[in-house]
Order: sequence, then C-alpha cells, then structure tokens
Amino acid sequence: MAVQTTRKLTMAKAIAEAIAQEMERDPRVFVMGEDIGVYGGIFSATDGLLEKFGPERVIDTPISETGFIGAALGAAAEGMRPIAEIMFIDFAGVCLDQIYNHIAKNTYFSAGNVNVPLVLMAAAGGGYNDAGQHSQCLWGLFAHLPGLKVVVPSTPYDAKGLMISAIRDNNPVLYIFHKGLMGLGWMTLIKDTTGPVPEEPYTIPLGKADVKREGTDVTVVSVAMGVYHALEAARELEKEGIQVEVLDLRTLVPLDREAIINSVKKTHRLLVVDEDYLSYGMTGEVAATVAEHALEYLDAPIKRLAVPDVPIPFSRPLEQFVLPDAPKIVAAVKELLNS
Amino acid sequence: MNVPKSTLVQMYRDMVTIRVYEETMAQVYLEGKQPVFNIAAGPVPGEMHLAAGQEPVAVGVCAHLRKDDAVVGTHRPHHFAIAKGVDLKKMTAEIFGKVTGLGRGKGGHMHLFDPEVHFSCSGIVGACIPQAAGMALAFKMRKEPRVAVAFFGEGAANQGAFHEGLNLAALWKLPVVFVVEDNGYAISVPKHKSTAIATNADRAAAYGIPGVYVGENDALAVYEAAGEAIARARRGEGPTLIEVKTYRYFGHFQGDPEVYRPKDEVARLREDDPIQKLKNHMLQSGLFTEAEIAGLEAEAKQRVEEAFAFARASAYPDPSEALMHVFVD
Repeated sequence: MAVQTTRKLTMAKAIAEAIAQEMERDPRVFVMGEDIGVYGGIFSATDGLLEKFGPERVIDTPISETGFIGAALGAAAEGMRPIAEIMFIDFAGVCLDQIYNHIAKNTYFSAGNVNVPLVLMAAAGGGYNDAGQHSQCLWGLFAHLPGLKVVVPSTPYDAKGLMISAIRDNNPVLYIFHKGLMGLGWMTLIKDTTGPVPEEPYTIPLGKADVKREGTDVTVVSVAMGVYHALEAARELEKEGIQVEVLDLRTLVPLDREAIINSVKKTHRLLVVDEDYLSYGMTGEVAATVAEHALEYLDAPIKRLAVPDVPIPFSRPLEQFVLPDAPKIVAAVKELLNS
Repeated sequence: MNVPKSTLVQMYRDMVTIRVYEETMAQVYLEGKQPVFNIAAGPVPGEMHLAAGQEPVAVGVCAHLRKDDAVVGTHRPHHFAIAKGVDLKKMTAEIFGKVTGLGRGKGGHMHLFDPEVHFSCSGIVGACIPQAAGMALAFKMRKEPRVAVAFFGEGAANQGAFHEGLNLAALWKLPVVFVVEDNGYAISVPKHKSTAIATNADRAAAYGIPGVYVGENDALAVYEAAGEAIARARRGEGPTLIEVKTYRYFGHFQGDPEVYRPKDEVARLREDDPIQKLKNHMLQSGLFTEAEIAGLEAEAKQRVEEAFAFARASAYPDPSEALMHVFVD
C-alpha cells in the first residue's frame, strides 16, 4: 500500500494518536484501564493522553478487570464509547464472563436494540521470555466467540486506521497489538516496525486483508508478528527465485475470505503462519476456507506453522523452538514447493 | 413516613401485576410439560425463575426511579422489569420466543433488554453489578442527574464481581445503588452456608459506603430505604448498598423439587404476604376505598391477560433470523 507521508511513527505512537484524534472528535470516547494514565500504558498505547484529556477521560483503574470491563459495557450501553485496556490479553481470563457472555451477546439478545460500541485493547505475543501467562496471542479464541470483532494490526499505518475504525464501530471490537511490534525501547526492536503514518485521521475498514508483498509461487497468510517473519522469509526466498505473496489479514473478524481465496488462486500454494496455538485456531480457519472454496486450485497440501499446542515456555531455546520465525517459514515454503 | 397516594397506587398496582404475572406464568409454563416434565416443551420452553413473594424489593426501589434511570437485573428478572415499566406485551412475547418480543425471541426470560426504559438483565450471577457501575459512570461523566440500580441475590454477594463493582463505585463516587435481594437461598444453599457474615449490608463498610439492612419483606420499608439511597446517588454523594430480606414463593426454577427447605415454609411465608400488608396500610390510611383497590387489582389482571394473549397470538421468528443481529451496522 502506498502511504503518502514521510512522517514515521512507532505502532505505540500511532495507536495513541488515533485515540487522541477520536477523543478530540467525539466527547463520548474515553479510555480506562490499568496504568493507562500517568504511566501511559505498559506498552505505551495511551502515552500522552492523560496530559491532553485529563483524568476524567483517561481513567486509571484498579487491578479489577471484571469491575472495569463490566463498567465499560455499562458505559457503552448508556451512550459512551469506551476504550478499555486489559494490558495483557492473557488477563482476559479473569473477566471473560463480561466479555463473552455480555459484551459479545447483548446486541444479539436485544435483536440489535442495544449497541455496545466499545474497544477492548490488549497486548499479545511472546519472544521475550515472559512465559505462558504473559505471552499468549489468544486472538483465535476471541475470534471463535460470536459477537466480537477482532483486529490484529501489523504496521503503524494499519494500527492507526484500524483503531479509528474500531472506535467508530457500533459493535464491540477487540483490538490486539503485538508487544514486539510497538517500537518499545525495552524490547528487541524490529527494524521496520517504525513506519509512515499520516497525521490526519483516516480509517481502514475492518474485514479488509492487505497484500503486504506480491508473489506468484506461494501465499503466506498471517497477522501481526507473523507478517514480519513472512516478509523476512520472502526476502530470503527471493534470492533463490521464489516469489512469496504475503497476505496480512489485519482483522480475524470479519475475515476477508475473498482475499485469501484470490491469493491462493494465483499462487496455488498456501502456508498459514500464526503465533497463536495451532489447533482449532486461525490457521485451521484459513485452511478450511481454502479447502471449501479453492481446493481445486491447490498444487500442494496446505501447510500450517503455529505454536504446537503447548503453553509458551520460559527458557530462551524452548520459546524460540515453539514460536514461528523466518527460518521456519523458509523451510515450510521449500517443503511446499517440493511436495 | 408520608408516601404520596400516587406512589401507593403505583406500588400496589405493580405488586399485583407481578404476582398475577408470575402465577400466570407458572401455569402457562406447565402447558405441554405434563404428565412428563420436559423443559423444552410447551409454549414457554427453557428455564423459568419466578419472583412471586419478592415484589417489595422491585417496587420499593423502582418507585423512586425515573424512566431514564437504569436498572440491571438478574436471571429472575420479571418483577424488576415490571416495576421499571418494561413493555409487558413485548416482554411476554420474548419469554414465549416470539418475533414481537423485546429481542425478537433471541434472549428469552433471562435476557430482557428494553432500552426505552433503560432495563437489562443477565443470567450470570453478579454480572449486573459492575455493569450498573459503568452506567452510573456514563451519567456522571456527562453530568446527568441519573441513577443506576443493580439488583442481585444474596448469592451474588459472594461473587468477585460484587466486590470489584462496589470498590469501583465507591472509589469513583458513582450514582449507583446496589440492592441485594436476600431470598434465603442461593439456588438450594441457605445463606448461612454460603456467606461468612449474617448481613451483606455490613460489607458496605469495607468500601466506606452506607449499608442499609431492611429486615422485613415490606414495600414501604424498602421504599423508605431506597428513597434515601437514590436521593444520595442523585446528589452526587455516591453509592449505597441495601439488603432486603425477602421471600421466594416458588422454587429456584419451575420444576425445582425444593428438597432443601421444609415443606411448610412457603405456606408460613405466605401468611405474611407483602401485598396484603400494603393493602392493609392503604385501607388504614383512609386514602383508599376497597373498591378503588379492587379496581387496581382488576387493572393489573387485565394487563397481564392482554400481555399473555399478545404473546400467544404472535408469530415465531423466521428461522433465518437466527443469523441476524450478531452485529449492528
């Protein structure tokens, strides 16, 4: 995608800017969560908002997820548009009832008479030795539950446009960013996670995947950090004359099935890469989509690369073993081409 | 206490409406479920939690509420819904699973949503508590003189959501009132076996807010306690926790064998019936004649009859509607 700007931002700054611009535009928008005020968010997604909007619209909460996520639902039901940060997506377990029994279902139960316009924002992903309660992705779990839109950006540009769309959506949106892509000084920086972001507000529709790199030999579908690994692998494989198409889903709900099918029709080979768990997840959904709608276009069986159904382990060699990375994608693509 | 005549009219009419509604529902619920009880059979399938006996909590609190105040109820929601002014026809149609229902048949009896009068409820014990706090947060942020009320049972006071919700509401001084209906049983478990202290109202002290215990199942006693709590919330002075001792005449759900309570318990409780109590008060006050009261009763019965007739006559949704309304535009 051609972005008409030279200004570069980290994903954290892009998200904070999106929220700030929406707060300026719409007095109903406010932010609540743990450490999102003075601290600016553990992952800096709300950096600078307190100074700009004050403590009445940028509300630090107790460590009390059932309390404030339930309160976000109540505020949304009565006309506000809250953005509630859960910090680590792993913590959603302590307030899951409010999320999947209420936030996700009240619209349906009321036949659309009740709107729940809120954004749940959370950090996901591992690779920095935080072990299995602080490193999960879990977007597949939430995409599985009807009633939530699920956004997983991979670039600062997408992060801003998708956040603005999420805030303006009249439905609950779970907005999950990958910690490793936020441009945080205290994590291994991935070189190209700082990217061009226009200053003016703009939207990216939820449910539109993005071809991050065009190719003809194999399609790699992924989200978030998986997109970076896929792009790195594509650069390696290009040296051997293999042209990889990298499709970034950007949102799991709605899922852009058409983009997946169109890409596979072109390349005839599919690898799905996910930092979430392998079974019953995003890789299976994408594979099933192709099996149902484009099986006859495939020249090789679909391959999947994801966390092999184990909790995320702590020790460096163990964690690196289970997470997808560029070398694993290179190997999987070669297997696809040789099968 | 000086209660205006119009308020007495409203409370009495609503109590009778609730009682007649629940007793009618108990009968209709059995249609198609005899001689063999099949929970999915008949015009009203699914679980059914009735609130006969618990009328005072609902009417005593809601008598102070305005249309734009919010109420969040429980899995046993009919009395709250009626007292809050939910459209009775649409509510009944929803309970029958009809397309004319509040949620076009998607929610049923535990999931009633009427945004016209800011009513909602949930089948999950305690979930309403932080939600009501959030509604109050919205009112406070917009500087509107509105109040939110969460109703829940004494069983819910042992949920984490209770403590999290009360802490938030007290911390942020939200215009919300928490009302515990102590009907004595969390499904089958009596309060003394579920709760470490005798009175949940005492738990208010843990959050530095007023806790009020109403020890009798009496509409006027509830009305008095709720009046102060709601006025306090509306003045911006923060939340109150009220606990009311009340009685559940039916089982936890219809079909409950009620092995956990003495066979004669309900008969004894009915001797101290709150509707009769309010009626006696009204007659003694000299403000009402027997005929006037009979008129209110007739009015209530007619409303209930009309609601059930409406529900029965309504159509089921087209099956394809199951795929609609997951999201709105």
